[in-house]
Amino acid sequence: MASVKEMRTRIASVKSTQKITKALQMVAAAKLRRAQAQAEAARPYARRMASVIANLAKSVSGPSAPLLLAGTGKDQRHLIVVAASDRGLAGGINSNVVRAARERIASLIAQGKDVRILTIGRKARDGLRRQFASRFVENYELGLKSPNFELVQPIAQQIIDLYLAGEIDVVTLFYSRFKSVISQVPTSKQLIPAVVDAADEGASPDLKGGVYSYEPGEEEILKTLLPRNIAIQLLAAVLENQAGFFAAQMAAMDSATRNAGDLINALTIQMNRTRQAQITKELIEIISGAEAL
Amino acid sequence: MAPKFHFSLVAPERELFAGEVDQVDAPGAEGDFGVLAGHEPFMTTLRSGEVIVRTGGQRRVFAIQGGFADVTPESFTLLAEGATEAVVR
Repeated sequence: MASVKEMRTRIASVKSTQKITKALQMVAAAKLRRAQAQAEAARPYARRMASVIANLAKSVSGPSAPLLLAGTGKDQRHLIVVAASDRGLAGGINSNVVRAARERIASLIAQGKDVRILTIGRKARDGLRRQFASRFVENYELGLKSPNFELVQPIAQQIIDLYLAGEIDVVTLFYSRFKSVISQVPTSKQLIPAVVDAADEGASPDLKGGVYSYEPGEEEILKTLLPRNIAIQLLAAVLENQAGFFAAQMAAMDSATRNAGDLINALTIQMNRTRQAQITKELIEIISGAEAL
Repeated sequence: MAPKFHFSLVAPERELFAGEVDQVDAPGAEGDFGVLAGHEPFMTTLRSGEVIVRTGGQRRVFAIQGGFADVTPESFTLLAEGATEAVVR
């Protein structure tokens, strides 16, 4: 059995680990609040954008419809965009979304499709690099600042450029949806061709008999809106991801702190037993020595 | 008193303004325009410039960086690519 001194060192080391996990938990909790507020603040924009596009899409269709909305009519070359976080220590959140993406990629490849990958966040790159290194287009890192429009703009631009250059037909985004603090769901969403959400059409406003007039034309508006919509969807995904990441990190660090506490208790009891056993042993030696005289 | 309508100014990162207002002036791609309650349905892209919001006697000015406007008779939604409130002196 380990000596009392060894156990004392062990307890001290678990205690300092506990301090670290506790600190990380508190930092994550503080950051979660901000990230959650940001994710929620970004929602109205994304929602309105979706309903405006749904409205416009109804009136613009046929061969004149912009390429981003109508698609190329093919389904051969896919771009998979995976959004995860830069850091770990957050339980399974990153591996869950990476796994969902990996399954989709594998099944697309099995169907004989061309698949290319673009990742946002270091963990997404790390999770897919080994298996699919040759398919990578680009990897973006989130950096230390909280995600903003400037971060996603170049990513959206690159996706659109690839699409307009005719290199890809379908773009799908994978990210963790922030359902609640205790639940983040890996989710996929098709970015191109744009999916017009049927649910949004019901929300079209009461025009009191009027008809929309457009300045400039509907198509021009749609042409500027669709690329922006992609950036917005990316931003919303990255923000949700970030909020989910901090929530997951908080939960992971909370259970790590608890585990450390349990371990400290168990070790302390063991240490006390060992020490008591030693004292008893010494007492027996003294007593039996005295009796022998 | 003139009827009011609902105006919301939304930037990608947050909502800057939401509430009942009397009049909003915005820089449209094909010329500046003002919106009062009961405006005809109207959509336009926006240039960068000033958005002036009037409620009662108050006046608030926002600087926007491109965007998109969706006007209906009872609401006006402005989706700006970037926006900040200007300090009015």
